[in-house]
Amino acid sequence: MEFIISRYNPDTDTEPYDQTFKLDVSDIPPGMMLLDALHKIKEQDPSLAFRSSCQEGVCGSDGMNINGKNGLSCITPVASLSSPVTIKPLPGMPIIRDLIIEMDLFYQHYQEAEPFLQTEPLDLQHEHLQSPEDRAKLDGSYECILCGCCTTSCPSFWWNPDKFLGPAALLAAHRFVIDSRDIKTIDRLKELDDPMKTFRCRHIQNCTNACPKGLNPSRAIQALKNRIVENHD
Amino acid sequence: MTQPLSNSTVQDLDNLQVHHFDALVVGAGGAGMRASLALVEQGHKVAMVSKVFPTRSHTVAAQGGINAALGNVTPDNWQWHMYDTIKGSDYLGDQDAIEFMCQEAAEIVRELEHFGVPFSRLENGKIYQRAFGGQSQNYGGEQAYRTCAAADRTGHAILHSLYQQNIHAGTHIFEEFYVLDLLKNTNGDINGVLVMNIHDGQYQILQSTHILLATGGAGLIFRNNSNASINTGDGLGMVLRAGLPLQDMEFWQFHPTGVAGKGMLISEASRGEGGLLRNSEGEAFMTKYAPHVKDLASRDVVSRAIAIEVKEGRGCGENKDHVLLDLTHLDAETIKSRLPGIRDISMTFAGVDPIEAPMPIYPTCHYMMGGIPTDLTGQVITPNPQNPNAQTKVKGLFAIGECACVSVHGANRLGGNSLLDIVVFGRKAAITISEQLKQSKSKNQQASSAQLVLKPVLERIKRWQKTTHFNQPSSQEVSKQESAGLPDSVIQIKQDLQKIMEVGCGVFRDPEAMQQAIDQLKTIQTRLENVSITDHSLVFNQERLAAYELENLVAIAHATAHSALARTESRGAHTRMDFEERDDENWLKHTLYFAEHHQLHYKPVNLTPKTHASFEPKARVY
Repeated sequence: MEFIISRYNPDTDTEPYDQTFKLDVSDIPPGMMLLDALHKIKEQDPSLAFRSSCQEGVCGSDGMNINGKNGLSCITPVASLSSPVTIKPLPGMPIIRDLIIEMDLFYQHYQEAEPFLQTEPLDLQHEHLQSPEDRAKLDGSYECILCGCCTTSCPSFWWNPDKFLGPAALLAAHRFVIDSRDIKTIDRLKELDDPMKTFRCRHIQNCTNACPKGLNPSRAIQALKNRIVENHD
Repeated sequence: MTQPLSNSTVQDLDNLQVHHFDALVVGAGGAGMRASLALVEQGHKVAMVSKVFPTRSHTVAAQGGINAALGNVTPDNWQWHMYDTIKGSDYLGDQDAIEFMCQEAAEIVRELEHFGVPFSRLENGKIYQRAFGGQSQNYGGEQAYRTCAAADRTGHAILHSLYQQNIHAGTHIFEEFYVLDLLKNTNGDINGVLVMNIHDGQYQILQSTHILLATGGAGLIFRNNSNASINTGDGLGMVLRAGLPLQDMEFWQFHPTGVAGKGMLISEASRGEGGLLRNSEGEAFMTKYAPHVKDLASRDVVSRAIAIEVKEGRGCGENKDHVLLDLTHLDAETIKSRLPGIRDISMTFAGVDPIEAPMPIYPTCHYMMGGIPTDLTGQVITPNPQNPNAQTKVKGLFAIGECACVSVHGANRLGGNSLLDIVVFGRKAAITISEQLKQSKSKNQQASSAQLVLKPVLERIKRWQKTTHFNQPSSQEVSKQESAGLPDSVIQIKQDLQKIMEVGCGVFRDPEAMQQAIDQLKTIQTRLENVSITDHSLVFNQERLAAYELENLVAIAHATAHSALARTESRGAHTRMDFEERDDENWLKHTLYFAEHHQLHYKPVNLTPKTHASFEPKARVY
């Protein structure tokens, strides 16, 4: 099986180039994930660089562009891919080396969404109560692993990476707007009421298509926009 | 794009940049982030250093929950939790430390809730609590529902909430910086760390009088493990190189239910919600091993039971090498709402939807009960050189979470106590450091002007800059790769190390296999000293990083094998084929391992909690 991997080392290269690696069928046991294949390739060439950590799709380290689609290598079965497998870094961000991108802007937008709960002060003898129904509203938002697959697949983000917060940050923003424990809802909605930060989203839905956790940032952003508009009245 | 770097950027190691902080936190998992948050809130100048972006830390993978006697589902009090933890530890846990952790638990979980953790909820709006292994009411009575959960993504929920609170607090984070070693000054005090910026390969010094290690576990010494690939025990390696001991390194938890042949974790929550283990005959075999609590016995007991079923020929599958975890009798909605994460993992890695078919599972190395010895405040302790029977504090050095051994888990950790450990001792260590900093400020103590000793760490750096083999190893030390005409490699040594440890120090341990592991580790050590890396570039050089990590893994493997061979009894996760019983007369004590000459010392277990009568060791029946 062939793997065409985008390589770039700023020590030696002026721009990225493709390198083809081969793995014998005997090196690909049933159920093998793409991450395992990359580790096999790394045995051939230890200089190949890619991030990974948990190897089970919860830490969000190994987002990459696989045969044209963003995903996590650790939960992408090799058997699901057509050969040759073309692997590139997540698009639209500066490349540090090989498949490793600079994610500072992505994290910065996440921080701008103020993704932290702000509640009435409460002593440590008590919990904030939350009904199972209110808690269920957070399902589909809190599970985000910040892998960046959504934001880096978004054309609105590609056009305005510095101004549009992008789907991951907006999903987080929405998660705190709808948390029944949070008391800053109005302030949050005002802060997000911005033609660039939030309304640059055109619901192209690449984000939802790319999310390896099956989340739906596009729907969350639509709900967020509705709340912002309702808040105008 | 960055301009290509010329060779002139190779760093002058004699003139490293120095940055000063009040306190340094090494590691950004749950423990490091809880501690950093408290230190920043107290107004100290803190740096948190992590080799990965914080939410990539392994806390993220914790599934089932965090224990606290909230009593939201069944009546509860923290003393019952304390008893369960002591019994679970097979009486090796220090009773004063366990007492403190269980006492703090309810408050610390409510604090996490205030931080934003999206706990699952009961109808009355309170935090959802589930049944977990080894948890009882009233000192060994009925099953307790004590494990607070956010579906089966509790670690993810806690880690992200702590990161979010650190954003709010404005914590200074060195992301993707690797700490190589602790730095001592000429007085012998630990006074800083040497770090490498992974992005550009440049080294610098972070100087501080207070250093808190929160570097997590080291499950990567075993081939089959549930750990993230970053779990290479970096803090433990640093401590050994600083001449300090590691405690109880023979105790490694094999989690009963890893995906067979792969190792990913299927949470104990699956049994807490009613899942059953079955052998090839369809028998729910835990009734034989733990008649009272069955599938919810503590993890060492369940792991041994699975290994015995397979050994006696009742394994499942073509090779009869695993057993099944059956959830098919549970309501599909329960699985979807309470166990969505393990359903994902099972479908992805085993190709099985647990709603429809049982999952193939086998024990997987999961957790390190041992670690860097500390007192109740997280301050590192070591035998007093003047009086080896007494312990003395290591000035300015703290350790918390999985890298530490305080010891609250003893010979076997209970599920749900790891997330608790990291936040309880994360907060406690931070408060202690904060008090020490305030005292030294009020006394107007000047920072020591003693010089930092850099020679050993610079030699380590230079050793990996060499491009050729040092000495040719003797013929018997030639690796498989070299005999095939290929040079030895960091990756190859790591893989061989993992196989050696799997055979030598697995679920069941026999003396010959352990001795063989010790002998083979000598060869591994020689290969490690001789191998060179092929990549010498600066930016994100993962081969160099892997070499530094391998030095830590090998050091930890030595600690494990030597500690294990010496302990001639079976206790908790340490199961000897030749000494099948627990031996309290001779072995109710902690092991201390020093890297120099692989020396072993011992110290007594604390059996005197402050507010409760001692729990005397007794036979452990579930």
